Amino acid sequence: MAENYYVDSDLSKFPKITEFQKELGDKFFSWYSSVFAEGALTAREKSLIALAVSHAVQCPYCIDAYTQDTLQKGCTEEQMMEAVHVSAAIRGGASMVHGVQMMNKVKKISM
Amino acid sequence: MSSLLSRNSNLSLSHEQIQLLEEAPFKLESFSSQLKKLGHFPLKPTEIDILQINMGKMCNQTCRHCHVDAGPDRKEIMSLETLEQCLEIIKNNNISTVDLTGGAPEMNPHFRWFVEQLSPLGVKTIDRCNLTIITANPKYNDLPQFLAQHNVEVVSSLPHYSQNHTDRQRGNGVFEKSIKALRMLNEVGYAKEGNDLKLNLVYNPVGCFLPGNQKSLEQEFKKRLRMDFGIEFNQLFCITNMPISRYLEYLIESGNYESYMSTLVNAFNPSVVKGVMCRNTLSIGWDGYIYDCDFNQMLDLKVESSAAQHVSDFDLNLLTQRHIRLGQHCYACTAGSGSSCGGETL
Ligand code: SF4
Ligand code: SF4
Repeated sequence: MAENYYVDSDLSKFPKITEFQKELGDKFFSWYSSVFAEGALTAREKSLIALAVSHAVQCPYCIDAYTQDTLQKGCTEEQMMEAVHVSAAIRGGASMVHGVQMMNKVKKISM
Repeated sequence: MSSLLSRNSNLSLSHEQIQLLEEAPFKLESFSSQLKKLGHFPLKPTEIDILQINMGKMCNQTCRHCHVDAGPDRKEIMSLETLEQCLEIIKNNNISTVDLTGGAPEMNPHFRWFVEQLSPLGVKTIDRCNLTIITANPKYNDLPQFLAQHNVEVVSSLPHYSQNHTDRQRGNGVFEKSIKALRMLNEVGYAKEGNDLKLNLVYNPVGCFLPGNQKSLEQEFKKRLRMDFGIEFNQLFCITNMPISRYLEYLIESGNYESYMSTLVNAFNPSVVKGVMCRNTLSIGWDGYIYDCDFNQMLDLKVESSAAQHVSDFDLNLLTQRHIRLGQHCYACTAGSGSSCGGETL
């Protein structure tokens, strides 16, 4: 076992997940590459979405990969940070909107 | 930023760079053995139809990634005699494209004379213009008109449509001056509809990552330059940064040398090997020596000795049969969609 749960060199071993389950792994990577291909959204837009989601799910591998990828696709630091704010706003908003549930309950059980 | 040479840096010595590349303290498969596996070794030219002439190392800029180690302190300039020899070679050997580079090629005092000689020959002439030279001194202000008059294709570096990124790589104030120069080129007809005058831009990453998809970046650059500055250009060429000279220094100083080399090796694309530019291009140094490419020139790797090594004894036949000299830096030409002075090669 490695000393740390997260090791940056593990990112390049990602394709090896097929070693334990080839069929599903192959299907996953084929689907994954279709998801990120140019479509109704550009590959650049998808990469910024991926960067935002990486922060929401707090995956260090995804943050590493999509920081590189967005830079490669010509995004600026400002655009990248705005994507992270979108992620944070949704996370924060998701907590705050549940405040309504709390308020409903308070109103129901209070005099 | 000043040149490696003026700082007496070890990296200004080509053998020091080669040693770092070939005897790196980390394990990388050699470029030649990759080609052997693919049956492309030794690598040979197809036909030689492009002559890239490095007119000198003098430049008004000192970009951080420069593979030439160019700058205002570099005095190496191609002589009139060597240019005359190049002209004879172009006339006698069916050369279709002459690609003028440097440094800033326009700083060579014979630049205009040479372009005037090329003009009636019907060869395609490219000026690798750094843009800022146009506004650097009043004597260069009419370069756009001069280049347009001789139908010279302009290829210019603009690593990003944002000021911040461009200036970080090319120096403070470069972006603003480049925008001004691009407007001057547009004004004389470059990249204007219904006009043959070509203005192509070069993108290379501001950092240690690979360039993204050329078509998508071109669309983004076109949109932003048109919207923000009213600037038009024809094509965007994506070029991968070569791990030599000042870019190698940056990689080492930033602690990214090993990871950048691994990125290049992991992105090795067998299908772009056939299209590497040294197969149809020859590079001429300021002192008349012949190289497989401008990168080998900066590493002082002259064409192999069984071929003619100097313009004074140019022999197309021998040069076409030569074996191209390869090294670990060649991985920059074969990563991803491939990279050449004309952008992606896939
Ligand atoms: S990259 Fe071009 S413009 Fe910049 S210093 Fe080198 S030769 Fe000059
Ligand atoms: S670096 Fe030069 S010799 Fe090597 S592959 Fe690229 S063009 Fe050819």
